[in-house]
Amino acid sequence: MEVAYGHPKSLVPIQTKYCPGCGHGVVHRLIAEAVDELGAQDRSIIMNPVGCSIWADLYFDFDSVQVPHGRTPAGATGVKRMRPDCLVICYQGDGDLAAIGTAEIVHAANRGEKFTTIFINNAIYGMTGGQMAPTTLVGQKATTAPHGRDPDVAGMGYPIRVCEMLSTLAGTKYIARGAVDTAANVRKTKQYIKRAFEAQLRGVGFTMVEVLSPCPTNWQMSPTEAAAWVASDMVPAFPLGEIKNELSSPSATSTAAGGAT
Amino acid sequence: MIEEKRLMKGNEAIGEAAIRAGCDAYFGYPITPQNELTAYMASGMLDQGRVFIQAESEVAAMSMVYGAAAAGGRAMTSSSSPGVSLKQEGISYACGADIPCVVVNVARAGPGLGGISPAQGDYFQATRGGGHGDYYHIVLAPKSVQEAADLTYEAFALAEKWRMPVMILADGLIGQMMEGVSLPPPLPSRERPSRPWAAGAGRPGASNHLTSLFIDPPDLEAKVMARFERYEEIARERASFEAVNVDKAELIFVAYGTASRVCLGAVQAAKEMGLELGLLRPISLWPFPKDELARLAGKGKRFLAVEMSMGQMVDDVRLAVNGTVGARVAAVDFYGRTGGIIPSEEEVLAEAKRLMGWK
Repeated sequence: MEVAYGHPKSLVPIQTKYCPGCGHGVVHRLIAEAVDELGAQDRSIIMNPVGCSIWADLYFDFDSVQVPHGRTPAGATGVKRMRPDCLVICYQGDGDLAAIGTAEIVHAANRGEKFTTIFINNAIYGMTGGQMAPTTLVGQKATTAPHGRDPDVAGMGYPIRVCEMLSTLAGTKYIARGAVDTAANVRKTKQYIKRAFEAQLRGVGFTMVEVLSPCPTNWQMSPTEAAAWVASDMVPAFPLGEIKNELSSPSATSTAAGGAT
Repeated sequence: MIEEKRLMKGNEAIGEAAIRAGCDAYFGYPITPQNELTAYMASGMLDQGRVFIQAESEVAAMSMVYGAAAAGGRAMTSSSSPGVSLKQEGISYACGADIPCVVVNVARAGPGLGGISPAQGDYFQATRGGGHGDYYHIVLAPKSVQEAADLTYEAFALAEKWRMPVMILADGLIGQMMEGVSLPPPLPSRERPSRPWAAGAGRPGASNHLTSLFIDPPDLEAKVMARFERYEEIARERASFEAVNVDKAELIFVAYGTASRVCLGAVQAAKEMGLELGLLRPISLWPFPKDELARLAGKGKRFLAVEMSMGQMVDDVRLAVNGTVGARVAAVDFYGRTGGIIPSEEEVLAEAKRLMGWK
């Protein structure tokens, strides 16, 4: 009998440390599935950031490099330049990418570094316990925004739309935003990730997939409520879809046909 | 075959030596007085199809070095004092993840922006583990363009042997001045050690994880302790110095880099007056050549540390001498200039004569 669905080879079969309802585990699985489908396990390297997903090296069954907070794209630049044939996956959260590492992501994108950034946007700092992130929504509460993010009186600024910002840079070739709140969005996100990986292996330029991801613990919601909040509050602020697609080669379209839409 | 001597700036000689040592990737950011080095690497590396990136910051440049070295490359960055402060983040991580790389500091005067003239105020930062955490790394201090080239060439092999960053601590004078230099031969790639621990090495057996994170305290303690055992071995094997007239002299200058050139001039000037002075020049600042200093202290020698700072290395001289059987009480004196001023031979000689009670 043919096995239609199993544990991805590139994912170590252990339980993760992630909280119930957290999106990291889902995205890890999507990455591992895409790596397996591309037959790239032996040449994949995950750059794990500082944040909850610092544990990524426990879960992916391929090489990993852990770098200082926010320097993930700089570290990935060094790795990819030395190992151009490897699939380099730069995994970052919103604090890592859009606060402390803003310079690194902007310049790596602008240089057109040929790795793929997977950007987990859960609008909060997870590991440190629920502080305001650059992507925290206006009005959303955090330990450091106790009355909600207030751009006016408290001067807390506005949520940064990273995909839209980076898409203005000539070095970026593929930028998409998915979510893992529903089965349909999970499937679409997988497709974006695979498309980005394939583009990386063709060496086209900077590729990134942002994923809107629930953090029930720090949002102080149940997993179900958190998934619903992604759809009701996050998606309007961070529109889903391919924000920029300059993958002109025909294989980009053929890949699209392979997945659920 | 001995290559003919070339006239080169120290910054350029460091760059050429790095290229000949097989540097695969260089990442830097502009800062005076090391800009010739970045420019030299730009043309030298790109012309040979190697990796050169002018990074968005010193912080990023160091993490690029970390990444390239973690992936098995011979990687290097260079800067000057304010920029090296920024690199300390990545240096700490490289020390914590046992990642070999080369960092060059063509030092200038501080603190803050300070000035662009040569200085030795970065000694503490370089030799005490300048970032956060419990670590050291090798620090080598050239006195000339020739030695800058030789130590840079050696630094890559030392970094790989001991799995740590190696810092070349020069200063603006060494970087900017021109001298004749015989360059080491290009290293054939087959003579470089293999790096089965690197990311992307093809997973021989299991996955390679390069990280400085050990969240369980007993794990981290064991890791750090093993590293400190390695430090002991390095101290035995690589502590290095140059000694001039130390047997005849009662008073010995202790100085490194540019300051040691001044002291050597004072030793020679004293000789012409019939006075005996010595020079002990540490070449490795970490590990510090403390055994040789203790040996000399045990013979009743006195020391005059001369630095282009308000006195940093002098602490290591005192630590080496203190408690040595036979050592004089208060055997260590200090003379220094700071702010980018290089002391003159005349003033260090005058200080030596004053201490010795010579007219």
